[in-house]
Amino acid sequence: MNIHEYQAKDILKSYGVRIQEGIVADTPEEAVAAAKRLTEETGTSWHVIKAQIHAGGRGKGGGVKLAKNLKQVKEIADQILGMTLVTHQTGPEGKLVGKVLVAQDVYYPGDSEPKEFYLSILLDRAKGQNVIMASTEGGMDIEEVAEKSPEKIIKEWIDPAVGLEPFQARKIAFAFGLEGEAFKEMVKFVTNLYKAYLDTDSSMFEINPVLKTSDNKILAVDAKVDLDDNALFRHKDLAALRDISEEDPLEVEASKSNLNYVKLDGNVGCMVNGAGLAMATMDIIKLSGGEPANFLDVGGGANAQTVEAGFRLILQDPNVKAILINIFGGIVRCDRVANGVVEAYKNIGDIRVPIIVRLQGTNAEEGARIIDESGLKVFSAISLKEAADKVKQVLA
Amino acid sequence: MSVLVNKDSKVIVQGFTGSEGSFHAHQMIEYGTDVVGGVTPGKGGTYHLDLPVFNTVEEAVTKTGADVSIIFVPPAFAADAIMEAAQAGIKVIVCITEGIPVKDMVAAKHYIKDRNVTLIGPNCPGVITPGEAKVGIMPGFVFKSGRIGIVSKSGTLTYEAADQIVKAGLGISTAIGIGGDPIIGTPTKEAVEMLMNDPETDAIVMIGEIGGNYEAVASKYIRETGNQKPVVGFIAGQTAPAGRRMGHAGAIVGGADDTAAAKMKIMRESGIHVVESPAEIGDAMVKALQEAGINA
Repeated sequence: MNIHEYQAKDILKSYGVRIQEGIVADTPEEAVAAAKRLTEETGTSWHVIKAQIHAGGRGKGGGVKLAKNLKQVKEIADQILGMTLVTHQTGPEGKLVGKVLVAQDVYYPGDSEPKEFYLSILLDRAKGQNVIMASTEGGMDIEEVAEKSPEKIIKEWIDPAVGLEPFQARKIAFAFGLEGEAFKEMVKFVTNLYKAYLDTDSSMFEINPVLKTSDNKILAVDAKVDLDDNALFRHKDLAALRDISEEDPLEVEASKSNLNYVKLDGNVGCMVNGAGLAMATMDIIKLSGGEPANFLDVGGGANAQTVEAGFRLILQDPNVKAILINIFGGIVRCDRVANGVVEAYKNIGDIRVPIIVRLQGTNAEEGARIIDESGLKVFSAISLKEAADKVKQVLA
Repeated sequence: MSVLVNKDSKVIVQGFTGSEGSFHAHQMIEYGTDVVGGVTPGKGGTYHLDLPVFNTVEEAVTKTGADVSIIFVPPAFAADAIMEAAQAGIKVIVCITEGIPVKDMVAAKHYIKDRNVTLIGPNCPGVITPGEAKVGIMPGFVFKSGRIGIVSKSGTLTYEAADQIVKAGLGISTAIGIGGDPIIGTPTKEAVEMLMNDPETDAIVMIGEIGGNYEAVASKYIRETGNQKPVVGFIAGQTAPAGRRMGHAGAIVGGADDTAAAKMKIMRESGIHVVESPAEIGDAMVKALQEAGINA
């Protein structure tokens, strides 16, 4: 589960990780009040106004701006709140900005030059261990650094039995070329950051940039936190950070019916049992000349209720020109699924797109017979090839 | 010989008395698997499905001689169940549970590392050696005995592949559902290696999906060991958009190397018979066997 920058920073701060201080605001007036309070608390004279959406690349898209006085705070907040921000991660439709973070300016001049770094923590799937990635190229996309100058990325793998060792935090601070107070601060920063990552059951932390200020403080200017969905049951406080407005409304509806749905841009909807077969069915649609309109895994028990909920989801998408249902009935019998499909179809009534139902497994012939004799605009198939051919036919 | 499980495997069920555990234990017994008992903490000393229930895996192993365990314990307790089985001396652990927190699996994987145990899963359909033992949730009737091994990240796609293999007039030696989670006990390469070394397996179906580098590692192994047996491969998720999780916790395209296209390219370059369509797995296997001059 993704959370907003301001929420991520709250978590970091509670673990003793220094952050660029800020206050979240819903309106331009609140933004001005937040700016005044920040000036009192931190002494900052300038403010950074940052759009709060679940996507990176906000700066380039015009969602992060510097305000040098309160008048500008109001103007910029007014401009960003309610804008549809388009970044390389939002897709062309962009995302509506509902909140801004009013943050202190941390790039103030002083005894030394401010310097930016990159830090992230994630799971190395192959090793089955967490890894801290660090780079001196702060502010740059890590993918770009990995491609152009991989030698600038250092990795520290964490032994699951003993956790992050102090020498590992020191190695990172040395690699950043830090000394004195800044070195000590960085060791503390990395140590507390890893503790926060573990305690919150996160699957990814990305702090880009980490800043060494002109007075040798180390702080997180941005923070991207991705929480492990499977662990939210033991973090009720973190689960409450979910922002449904950031999610596709159809996906939210699907999750209520315990369906696993991902909206895509194509013209053929699909409903499948099992994630792997669902992806394979999307591929079949593409090979048959269509484009998948969605990923939809109805799970093991494909009954009339789940099939109907699935139908309703798919039919809400106006791009859908045909639907392919692909169920491999193992434990669940094909005749029961077929009856469920017919029942759901009749309950919904007005379905204007052709439906291909491929049922394979226990009682497959019986399932096909029920579909064929239903008198509905539904085509049956047993083998996957047959299903692919029928998709081709209805699209032609 | 087949691999992992056979007619001599003595199987216990962890989470035996729960609804999933009960249902599938019953199915496994019906199939002919030698289920010798189960474990549900607090219900030791009772009987379930006419079999003894134990409080601990250790007790179950001591009293029954079990060497294989299948886990249906809820996600919050499943990693603990894996570690308990490993500590008790179980040799093959099959974990069906979906939704285990990654942090728990990091710990469990580390715990079992230096113990003499093979973990299959979690979030998998299990393992079946047709006609001998079904240690999983797959529909047994789809799998007919034969000489083709299957390794797959996905459940229903495994059944699909098995069905096509059987309809092509062939059969299955052992099918291994390795699981779709980010951390699993036996990655693709290790599972393929078992089948490569199995004298009763003539050829292998390798089914992967987007995310991670398991298929790439397996492909490298297959090439470097001289393509000893024909391998037919398929990667699900050619149409999956980057950055979106497709059902399985591990099925997400993170970088250029874990797209379906990139994986299929590596597999082709390694001499694997890659099919574009999942409907062609059976036909491709027949053709691969003909080319290799194998009468399976």
